[in-house]
Amino acid sequence: MTAPTLVQSAAVAAPPTTGARPSRRRRRGSTAGLVLRTAVAAIAAAVVFFPLYWMLVVAFSPRGEAFEPGLRLWPSALTLDNFARAFERYPVGEWFVNSVVIGAFITVVTVTLNLMAGYAFARIAFPGRNVLFLVALATLMIPVQAIMVAQFRVVTGLQIYGTYWSVILPGAATAFGIFLARQFILAIPQELVEAARIDGAGHVRVFLRIVLPLSRPLIAVLTLLTLLGSWNDFAWPLIALKDNALFTLPIGLLYMKGQTTPDYSGIMALALLSVLPMVVLFLVFQRYFVQGFARSGIR
Amino acid sequence: MTAVPLRRPSSRGGRRPARSRDALAGYGFLAPNLLLMAVFLFVPIAWAIQLSFQETRGFGTPEWVGFDNYARMAADPVFWQSLGNTVLFTAVTVPLELLGGLGLAVLLNSVLPARGVFRTIIVLPLVISGVASGMIAVILFYESNGLINKLLAAVGLSPIGWQSDGASAMVSVMVAAVWLRIGFNMMIYVAGLQSVSPDLYEAARIDGATAFQQFRSVTVPLVGPSTFFLLIMNVIASFQVFDLIFVMTGGGPGYSTSVLGTYAYRNGFQIREQGYGAALGVVILVVTLVFTYVQWRTSRTRDLVE
Repeated sequence: MTAPTLVQSAAVAAPPTTGARPSRRRRRGSTAGLVLRTAVAAIAAAVVFFPLYWMLVVAFSPRGEAFEPGLRLWPSALTLDNFARAFERYPVGEWFVNSVVIGAFITVVTVTLNLMAGYAFARIAFPGRNVLFLVALATLMIPVQAIMVAQFRVVTGLQIYGTYWSVILPGAATAFGIFLARQFILAIPQELVEAARIDGAGHVRVFLRIVLPLSRPLIAVLTLLTLLGSWNDFAWPLIALKDNALFTLPIGLLYMKGQTTPDYSGIMALALLSVLPMVVLFLVFQRYFVQGFARSGIR
Repeated sequence: MTAVPLRRPSSRGGRRPARSRDALAGYGFLAPNLLLMAVFLFVPIAWAIQLSFQETRGFGTPEWVGFDNYARMAADPVFWQSLGNTVLFTAVTVPLELLGGLGLAVLLNSVLPARGVFRTIIVLPLVISGVASGMIAVILFYESNGLINKLLAAVGLSPIGWQSDGASAMVSVMVAAVWLRIGFNMMIYVAGLQSVSPDLYEAARIDGATAFQQFRSVTVPLVGPSTFFLLIMNVIASFQVFDLIFVMTGGGPGYSTSVLGTYAYRNGFQIREQGYGAALGVVILVVTLVFTYVQWRTSRTRDLVE
């Protein structure tokens, strides 16, 4: 990180040029520049938002309207038929419940275990700590496609294939939160822990009484990211869930697309329902999401 | 940041019981996590390697076949096509994500009305699932009367065979992937830019640097650590692409959008060549570990920088 100081000293060493003229030119230029930049930003945002807008349009348009000839960028009439039809023909309510139950279990288990592991790696000295931490880190990026055949056999061997557990347990076997938790807990002043230890508190008590109450932002970030990950997870639930009634929303969407004449209007209605909870969470807790993404690099 | 502050006992004598109690507590805190990871990560990794040396179709006893699966891979044109597609997909999407992300970050780091709204919208796809994104893309790119083809017709261009033509199908999944990831790149770059002192730009301006020169000589070098971090993350994500392609094209038409992830799934679960599927998985695993190692080396320097 020597670059900034180098640039700075070079800039400082340079003789000051005439002040007034360039700065006035800059100010006049900056009004036009501001308009231009705002326009470009608005276009970029519109382009990024357009697919989501189109999902809304198709979900609320009469069935099949989007695939009729003739260019039409908004619905001819607003309707909830697509939602009603999806609920009528498919166990959409059950899929929703499955996503919520599986997401809740994975989140509670994962966040609890990751906090405990993060504390151990940050604050307890034990032999093999660094090796174990590196092993955990090394597993961070392994995609399920690399091990799905064997993982499928483990799940069938444990006789949990086709149950909630076949998604929950492998889903909770992740190290991504450990890394964040360790970093955060390391930043908690050592004196606080030390003082409690001198008073005779064991690690369990320090963890519960001192570290956890100070870790609320960490817990928020871990909860949101874990929930998001499990809500959107696709490849593994696709393998582990065989029974239509146990599908999560992404698997349900794929199932709808797999019909002989896929009902794309109904699919968009369900897609909208499936993304809505995460979009709302994101808008409310944007700060935590951004922090979490930026620090963990997940996604 | 890398040095783990191991608490050394202040005096050597009389600390043994405390130390072994610490060790016990350490393993106790880790045990549930390690147990889950052992059962659902380490055992499958070892088993995948074993299966990759066996022939099995999901029924009966697997048979040891040595390196047959790997030899078959070397001679399998679909494997090479899938690998090529994966590399092509990565080589096209990653630079677009980096450049687009940096461009948007510079734009949305400058003074703008409603800057926060623009940023939020561009980051929004981050929370949209790959499956929902894929479904939206299916509808937009639908060959007969999909919106994109209708827009092309409206400006006098001929419609494109997004599902029937291999190259066009590849373009459609690349577009969807960039859409899904560009916000993440912008977000990391915005964080990187915020640590750049405004004085540097002021100094460059005083030196008479144009906006482009400022960008090239101040911005680009100073977001170097962010770029490296994003490069590795994007490469890993692109190399592992699965959801989007599975939903949008299923690897087709033919094998023209088949990538390593979808081809491994096809062998493992669609045509039940599980030994071969496991061998393909091992290839993905090795590549991932190499990238992870590089990322780990660089994140150490990134941590030091911060």
